[in-house]
Amino acid sequence: MELNGSGTSRPPHGEPPIIGPGYTYASVTDKISVFVLSGETPRGWFIGFALAFLLFMGLLYFVAYTVLVGLGVWGINVPIGWGFAIINFVWWIGIGHAGTLISAILLLLRQHWRTSINRFAEAMTLFAVSCAGLFPLLHMGRPWFAYWMLPYPNTMGIWPQTRSPLVWDVFAVSTYATVSLLFWYVGLIPDLGTLRDRAKSRLGQVGYGMLAMGWRGSAQHWHRYETAYLLLAGLATPLVISVHSVVSFDFATSLIPGWHTTIFPPYFVAGAIFSGFAMVLTLTIPIRTVFRLEDFITARHLRNMANIMLATGLIVGYGYLMEAFMAWYGGNRYEGDMLLNRLTGPYAPLFWSLLLCNILVPQLLWSERVKASVPALFVISIIVNIGMWLERFIIVVTSLHRDFLPSAWGMYSPTGVDWGLLIGSIGLFLSLLFLFIRFLPMISIFEMRTLLPTPEKAHAPLGPRAPSPAAGD
Amino acid sequence: MSAAPPLYGLLAEFDRPEDLLAAAHRAHDEGYRRMDAYTPFPVEGLAEAIGFQRNRLPLLVLIGGIAGALVGFLTQYWAAVIDYPINVGGRPFNSWPSFIPVTFEVTILFAALTAVLGMLALNRLPMPYHPLFNAPRFALATRNRFFLCIEAADPRFDRDGTRRFLEGLTAREVTEVAH
Repeated sequence: MELNGSGTSRPPHGEPPIIGPGYTYASVTDKISVFVLSGETPRGWFIGFALAFLLFMGLLYFVAYTVLVGLGVWGINVPIGWGFAIINFVWWIGIGHAGTLISAILLLLRQHWRTSINRFAEAMTLFAVSCAGLFPLLHMGRPWFAYWMLPYPNTMGIWPQTRSPLVWDVFAVSTYATVSLLFWYVGLIPDLGTLRDRAKSRLGQVGYGMLAMGWRGSAQHWHRYETAYLLLAGLATPLVISVHSVVSFDFATSLIPGWHTTIFPPYFVAGAIFSGFAMVLTLTIPIRTVFRLEDFITARHLRNMANIMLATGLIVGYGYLMEAFMAWYGGNRYEGDMLLNRLTGPYAPLFWSLLLCNILVPQLLWSERVKASVPALFVISIIVNIGMWLERFIIVVTSLHRDFLPSAWGMYSPTGVDWGLLIGSIGLFLSLLFLFIRFLPMISIFEMRTLLPTPEKAHAPLGPRAPSPAAGD
Repeated sequence: MSAAPPLYGLLAEFDRPEDLLAAAHRAHDEGYRRMDAYTPFPVEGLAEAIGFQRNRLPLLVLIGGIAGALVGFLTQYWAAVIDYPINVGGRPFNSWPSFIPVTFEVTILFAALTAVLGMLALNRLPMPYHPLFNAPRFALATRNRFFLCIEAADPRFDRDGTRRFLEGLTAREVTEVAH
């Protein structure tokens, strides 16, 4: 099968296309499915997976160590009871949000460019939520009692306290994980059918055949399928906003200075999308280069993601500003002292680095030249990832370490086990991503087909508003 | 039925979605009802062209969502008011505003599960075997070809007449599908 591998050329006017020229239904199908179905796995995949898996083994070691010895091996102490576990939890769950935004909200807004990145971003959501879920479970100290958080009739005769935001979190995060999985799997079904029909090996035919559940692309099936997909998008949209709002309630419904503020829910959601898009960029940039997907994940995709990052970054900046303004304007001396402590206290260097990473550096994205430069976007996205992690560190630690009475003040520093768990969770995330890339189509094949013109006109120049054979992708 | 082997239907293969859509309209006008079209991606208007009208999925999802809301709220009400009432700072046992987040999440969960399981059930999936998979070229229905199958169960189906009708359309190829 010959492919037209030429790069994307910008048409004389209008926006650049969202798919390279010269593709047909067949070539799109082959180009995406070849990574999964070709017998040989590139050497780079083995090296990458081995490194990620090594980190994942580290995670298992540190989890086992924590569970066997107890939470005393972490850096948490009496004033700072939340430490890395909650920082990492909020960071990971925020990263997941971009996937749902791309798959659900951009679908409802008919942003067709989302098609080539949506499968990948959804997978990222799923894996990020898996990493996130790990931390509160471990933070409980006795994770084998985790099921006590669920409402079920039990011999103790008690129920979870559903007036508590921590219990809301259990419901929000587990619903989010379930709906993300459903959304991702439903999106995969037609492509699993493609893999079943294209697989050469018996194992592939049977394996993908089982997963595809007998999908045969019937018009009636497609009709219900599209309805289900649209409804899922409509359900996932308020869900994703509720999840990070509920996460922010963990903080906002408390009385701790710096947490007790009404701006937290919207500002957490914006921060989540901000960090999530940073992670999507961090991951797609190497992948499109390694797998030569520049025709599918074009300069326009990177530019659009950079724009969303810039916009949500500005909302986050507004959040910081309002937090500080209300601390001053509210006239509460504990809030005021908390602000002063953030700006000048022992953790001030981290606070200023976070402003540098999250507010100052993303301003480079105003420049079209920066947005056109792939290496620059990659570096900025990593800086934003670090910045958003620092933001959660500042929120959790600076508020807890000095609250109302100086006699109860303390300091927090993470231990090696804390770092091991954070780095190990990145290993888990990357291991799952490597497996996903190898065994499932990382771009939605059937949705990519809908972006193509009909076969006879396949070689005509393709503009962004090229007639699409189907409307409801 | 003659002595020929049992037949599931006749399968016509098209290159373009527009051709399939036109053929489906023609077949429906011709009076065929037991038929289905198979495409590698959703084609707008195709389900209507083959005479598919009732999609009960939205109603099911609405019912699922309402059920979720009731289950979510009433479970909390039962726990907080009836089975295990705790006086928290003199607040009412039925402190319903703080039950809303969980109610909301359970609503979404039930509706989403209904959407997916309902879609699968109405589509009769999973279905590992289907006669169409006997047709060798049908594998292309998940790649780049568009198919119309008129089933032998249709009262107007006639092995030769239907074949002539399908060949009269712009089909690339018409094949018989064994049962």
